[in-house]
Amino acid sequence: MELDKGDLSTLLVAVGATRDKEAFRRLFAHFAPRLKSFMLRRGANGGLAEDVVQEAMINVWRKAHMFDPAKASAATWVFTIGRNVHIDHVRRSSRPELDPDDPDLLPDAPPDASVGIAREQDAVRLRKVLAMLPEEQREILKLAFFEEKPHREIAAELDLPLGTVKSRIRLALGKLRAELGDPA
Amino acid sequence: MTAASMSNCPNHHPSEALLMDYASGSLGEAWNLGIATHLALCPLCRESVRAIEAIGGGFLDDSAPVSVSDGLLDAVMARLETSEPLTTTAIPATRDDGVLPGMLRRYLGGDIDTLPWKRLGLGAYHCVVPTKDDGTTARLLWIPAGRPVPEHTHRGLEMTIVLRGAFSDQSGAYARGDFEEADEQTCHQPHALPGEDCICLAVTDAPLRFTSFAARMVQPLLGI
Repeated sequence: MELDKGDLSTLLVAVGATRDKEAFRRLFAHFAPRLKSFMLRRGANGGLAEDVVQEAMINVWRKAHMFDPAKASAATWVFTIGRNVHIDHVRRSSRPELDPDDPDLLPDAPPDASVGIAREQDAVRLRKVLAMLPEEQREILKLAFFEEKPHREIAAELDLPLGTVKSRIRLALGKLRAELGDPA
Repeated sequence: MTAASMSNCPNHHPSEALLMDYASGSLGEAWNLGIATHLALCPLCRESVRAIEAIGGGFLDDSAPVSVSDGLLDAVMARLETSEPLTTTAIPATRDDGVLPGMLRRYLGGDIDTLPWKRLGLGAYHCVVPTKDDGTTARLLWIPAGRPVPEHTHRGLEMTIVLRGAFSDQSGAYARGDFEEADEQTCHQPHALPGEDCICLAVTDAPLRFTSFAARMVQPLLGI
């Protein structure tokens, strides 16, 4: 069953607000097989990939009240959860997490109304833009997101000058930003 | 973004390439700590990271689903009852010292007045931030106002994030929240600006060696 993307945010909000198990089941049905696929591409073997999926889904349950649909799409938020679990469990490292309630944080700019409502639509457009990027730019994004390679390592692996890799990243992000009308 | 909120924003930021490394999860813990410290003080870069994380969301959504084992859903559902809501404030931050972001105080287990500062010479102190990274070191540096940062060598990358006061080098002046990225090609001799002691977080990909420190100590004795 393919869910409407807007539903995913609604389901996440429901889990956060009322600990809704039925909503959680539907999130699991959508995200668990995608997380597994993603973790397999990140080099985890089958069993390990499922361990990461299990921990990630538990964290989705435990952190859903922190999900803010004005700031991220459901997929983006679940990606960050999966990324952090992968770092903890597979790389046996840890990741300092910014606490959104930290009183020390310099406040964000007041949300732009056009940004607030549109994260899920953004996500759909973003996938289209990603697909249209020149291969040399998409290749670098894939090495970063699927193989967790920092840009210096990517430069070494592709035998490209660091400046070339940096400018391709800049071009790709600029393109995404322009298409999504990101004010930043 | 309004002019008022802009005025609080740092002037020097990590490169987009580094922000992407952070968002994709490609960096080690100490580097992440450096970026996260800047992010705590920079709403602009937080927004950039959110935008870059959306690429990860796009890749996740585009991943061809792979069936999970039959028992996985049941295993997860069975754990929900005992899985309490989580906040990142589970470990309370120490007293707000107005210098270290809460995330960093939580990491260090202390504030600037209670940390085990070690003498570096030239009136400067340092305190290593414990991480699980072997090859990378994060440390706080405390440089007296107007004094040079003890000269050091590093190979590869060095990140410096100012937490209090300011320093300057050939590339400009850096104040609270500002982020400097230096590499093996960068030859810099930072000085704390007069007026206030400078505290910063420095991350290097090898143990910092304060090369000339010993030399400086014996210099006056030798009269050279």
